[in-house]
Amino acid sequence: MGFDYEKYIRPGKLPHIWCPGCGHGIVMKGLIRAIDALALDRDMTAIVSGIGCASRLPGYLDFCTLHTTHGRGVAFATGIKMAKPGMNVICVGGDGDGVAIGGNHFIHACRRNIDMTYLIMNNHIYGMTGGQFSPTTPFGARASTTPYGNPDPPFDIARLAIGAGATFVARGTAFHASQIDKLLVEAIRHKGFSVVEILDSCPTTFGRKNKFKSVIEMMNHLKEIAVPVAAADKMSAEQLQGKVLTGVLHREDKPEYVEEYGRLVERVRESMEG
Amino acid sequence: MSNKVAFLQGNEACAHGAIYAGCRFFAGYPITPSTEVAEVLSNELPRVGGAFIQMEDEIAAMAAVIGASLTGMKALTATSGPGFSLKQENIGYACITEVPCVIINVMRGGPSTGMPTGPSQSDVMQAKWGTHGDHPAICLVPASVQELFTETVRAFNLAEKYRTPVTVMPDEIVGHMRERIVFPEPGELEVINRTLPSVGPGEYKPYDTRFGDVPPLASFGSGYRFHVTGLNKAEDGFPTTRADLVQAEEERQVRKVEKAIDDIVTYEEYLLDDAEIAVVAFGAISRSARFAVNEARKRGIRAGLFRIITYWPFPERQIRALGQRVKAIITPEMNLGMTIHEVRRCVEGRAPVSGIFRVDGEPINPAQILAGIQEVR
Amino acid sequence: MEKKQPKIEINEKYCKGCRICVEFCPTKVFEMRGFVASVKNPEACIACMQCELRCPDFAVTVTL
Repeated sequence: MGFDYEKYIRPGKLPHIWCPGCGHGIVMKGLIRAIDALALDRDMTAIVSGIGCASRLPGYLDFCTLHTTHGRGVAFATGIKMAKPGMNVICVGGDGDGVAIGGNHFIHACRRNIDMTYLIMNNHIYGMTGGQFSPTTPFGARASTTPYGNPDPPFDIARLAIGAGATFVARGTAFHASQIDKLLVEAIRHKGFSVVEILDSCPTTFGRKNKFKSVIEMMNHLKEIAVPVAAADKMSAEQLQGKVLTGVLHREDKPEYVEEYGRLVERVRESMEG
Repeated sequence: MSNKVAFLQGNEACAHGAIYAGCRFFAGYPITPSTEVAEVLSNELPRVGGAFIQMEDEIAAMAAVIGASLTGMKALTATSGPGFSLKQENIGYACITEVPCVIINVMRGGPSTGMPTGPSQSDVMQAKWGTHGDHPAICLVPASVQELFTETVRAFNLAEKYRTPVTVMPDEIVGHMRERIVFPEPGELEVINRTLPSVGPGEYKPYDTRFGDVPPLASFGSGYRFHVTGLNKAEDGFPTTRADLVQAEEERQVRKVEKAIDDIVTYEEYLLDDAEIAVVAFGAISRSARFAVNEARKRGIRAGLFRIITYWPFPERQIRALGQRVKAIITPEMNLGMTIHEVRRCVEGRAPVSGIFRVDGEPINPAQILAGIQEVR
Repeated sequence: MEKKQPKIEINEKYCKGCRICVEFCPTKVFEMRGFVASVKNPEACIACMQCELRCPDFAVTVTL
């Protein structure tokens, strides 16, 4: 049976604004399937974003949606979750939004282990402003502000998240579409701050400048570099050169922030009675 | 009356005023000289079942406040100069999305790090023009510990009533001084809550002007699903670049506050009935001014005080009328001349306006103002 | 039991002509017709669903 995406899309909002071949649409479909699989209560689900191409995602979806300021999505989402702990909070955005201008909010949300899911669509470029290099643009790559090649080393978003204390970290790609919803289902179910990075492609601004002749070449590239974590165990360091691990990369149980704060409030109120 | 009396610091009174107003969420970041607001609320909010969070920076604190308010909670942040600068981006977001919230900015010296423990009144222009684009501004400037309590309550009322951020800006002196305060009993001060939608979720639009210039705001998690964006938007909350819709929305947002001036603007007139010389002052400096006016009267000079309580919207009509009936106006302020320009704009040359400015971390004392009064006499 | 033919539909209003379905279909069901994708060999479909999953534009629907 074909999946009924339109059930979750606001009437009249398609076609979306993303360019031909942009992977964001593939990721949005994965998110819809995950939400459907979990049967999340739409009235009790907030989808929050920052600024950029990927951050336009919430506007399409029929939930409580908040399109905020550049990089600040996670901070707004923190306010929602603290004020209404019963809500499911999903934050979405791109690489520049999440780990450049929003980097501080990102690492501190990881540290706090606040119960929400952060979906980062990493296309290694600032697409909306016309293709400037981002903190995930590969070293040497061309962007509109690196005409001689990128002198900056990139962030590994998943490793950054693990280092900062996120308790669930996964990575997928836009090519491996059927994996996206599975990773997101696990991430949303996880109690704590979960990060799902989806490697994505921007044919319009990244592809053109970096010798990808078409969307198809970019998708093939994602296919080639992705190595499932289980398979990586059996591979040598040489074989893993230039590859990217996909799947659930990290999972641990740690006290969740909103629950802990709730316990603190209970403790204070009990002591007031006593 | 069995009202509780206490000896409190201004910032502490502010925190208690917030609780009185129904504030149940605070997000902040430590900064001198406003930190006591956060400290008191970290203690008080859990006791009333509210939430306190110390965020990673000022920007995040403002963001969390807006997020919390969207769930229907009254939310507060407190900061000072450099933090107020950082918050401007999201204050603009609260303006365009029309999300009620209150910002306490305890004014210290600047620009930049300036004099963190010294008083100042130099953020008053930032309170109106700090964030980019056209937007309404409401800013209250209390002058005593008691008033910092009551103005914080009023700030929440105005924020909820007009769906807009409201700034309360005591100078460092008012924020840190200790005075007697009489706690109002519950119900003694009016407490206003935002208007919730009267239509069902199917019909609801977050900027529905059928309900006037301040459309009802639904809460996330209450059965209403809607979109909120910082882009220019249409009545349904979705982005638009349609010229007529953008123009109408921007004008409405400014108009909703402008046309409510009589409800918002507050001030105090002291010995102005027969005054020849008016001192226009606010915050801690209005206390020096009152002393100076009394001293001038003792010396046979008919001086009076116009004390600004609501700085934005500026009390234009009242200052204009003042300019028509006095011979001279003096504006003592802890900056290098900000209020003076507003006063001159309102007076339109009908009376000479001179200023007394200090930015050295010391308050303008009564003797300075008295000297000023004697000079223009 | 007779094999039921999947029904493949392309919403031309949504299709932006990225060619992902055309290039990655393992049985070459699709072709480009002008600026949009179109179904050329529906009988070749093995219902792997990858075209629907990978279509970024909500344009391809496969009904079994």
